[in-house]
Amino acid sequence: MNAATTTEPRTTPLCQAHRKLGAKMIDFGGWLMPVNYPSGILDEHKATRTAVGVFDVCHMGEVHFRGARAAEAVQRLVTNSVGKLYDGRAMYTVACNPKGGIVDDLIVYRVKPDHLLIVVNAANIAKDYGHFVEQVGTWCEIRNASDETGLISFQGPQAQACLAPLTRAPLATLKPFHFFPEVEVAGRPAWIARTGYTGEDGFEIFCAARDAEPLWQAMLDACAGVGGKPVGLGARDTLRLEARLSLYGNDLNDETTPLEAGLGWVVKFDAGDFIGRAALLRQRDAGLPRKLAGFVMLGRGIARHGYPIHDPSTRAKVGEVTSGTVGPTVGKNIGLGYVPAPLYRAGARLLVDCRGKHIEAEVVEGPFYRH
Amino acid sequence: MSDNVPNDLLYTEDHEWARQEGNLVTVGITQFAVDQLGDVTQVDLPNEGEVLKRHEVLGSVESVKAVSDVYAPVSGKVVKVNSPLQDSPEYVNEEPYDGGWMAQIELSSPDEIKGLMSSAAYEEFLKDHEG
Repeated sequence: MNAATTTEPRTTPLCQAHRKLGAKMIDFGGWLMPVNYPSGILDEHKATRTAVGVFDVCHMGEVHFRGARAAEAVQRLVTNSVGKLYDGRAMYTVACNPKGGIVDDLIVYRVKPDHLLIVVNAANIAKDYGHFVEQVGTWCEIRNASDETGLISFQGPQAQACLAPLTRAPLATLKPFHFFPEVEVAGRPAWIARTGYTGEDGFEIFCAARDAEPLWQAMLDACAGVGGKPVGLGARDTLRLEARLSLYGNDLNDETTPLEAGLGWVVKFDAGDFIGRAALLRQRDAGLPRKLAGFVMLGRGIARHGYPIHDPSTRAKVGEVTSGTVGPTVGKNIGLGYVPAPLYRAGARLLVDCRGKHIEAEVVEGPFYRH
Repeated sequence: MSDNVPNDLLYTEDHEWARQEGNLVTVGITQFAVDQLGDVTQVDLPNEGEVLKRHEVLGSVESVKAVSDVYAPVSGKVVKVNSPLQDSPEYVNEEPYDGGWMAQIELSSPDEIKGLMSSAAYEEFLKDHEG
């Protein structure tokens, strides 16, 4: 998915724990990560939809912005409105380059008026941190805390019930995209955010890297009784795609704009003079040449990243699949791909070239799955 | 290991297994291949009556995370396919050497059987390739 690295992949503080659980480990964007545990992707997917899935996301990056101009600096970088945040509030957004292409998709957390945290994709930590410092490094303190920060995701309909015994924090009062900084989970200092990447209710727990292993164990123990289990990258992909959440490196990259990617809702032109604003305004006014469409396969076939998409009326290649998989909960094979604007409408037909076989697919709007 | 590599079958370097009964050869993929693929969600089979040469694509097995071609271990006519796999691809995971068989080929060049590995040779091959 991301550029292959020739060096040894990096490991998270949970690497040994994954091995003990019998995980199959792969190099993912330069990180050695579990793709699945012995029960398999479909079982892990189901556990997350029906009980709890526990995910190692320690590889993700955490960059702190501190100082009187911290919010101003973050607003220069991101397209969504930082002014709408308040202490304990988080939001999804993207950072763009001057051409409007997406540098990364991010979650911004406002801890205090002069302290914001940006969580970035693992494969982009170096790129993003370099971009942040280059653009606004003189505006405030920017610190990359990725190595010393652990992050564990706890997702599913039973997440709140299972996490509650581990913390005194009033989870029932925590709304989506809100967080509690400086609380405790299983006796360790932690932050609890009601965020995730699965289409389920759930939490992401930030901790010190050295506390990640005991917290992971405590969280697995806390959900084992309801059928909760560890979940690897394989099911993370099927879960996020059913929820139609984009994956950087597949569906988003430096060449795609948020408007094309269906992320217009995170672009607030009145938020401030963010990088890429002028280019995005021009694109909005000129009309979008292509859009990221969601589709379900009508015939037998699983769309995969890179498969060509053809227009059935002309048979011409018009795009490529950016993500595709089996949708275990929706019971259909699903995917995303950029298509010319005229084909971007619910009910439009596409042909996906699955290894030489043209399989019909239908464009659908909205998430494939909602909890 | 012996459970995973039955000693009455023959094997290829592409992780197919072959069971010879007279001039009929039944073909499937090995436990090792299944473990690599994970949950199988789709199996594509050849048409009955199709004539395949050795190493030609016989079908494919697709899992949640990957797709893998399956090659004919011997040349011949496909006389029967395991059509229940179309609706129940999970048989490949559950019983790769039994309910998960894919096709039966009528051998056209009986000598080709000698080119396949014994279970002992395949186990050695796996040791070398598992690192």
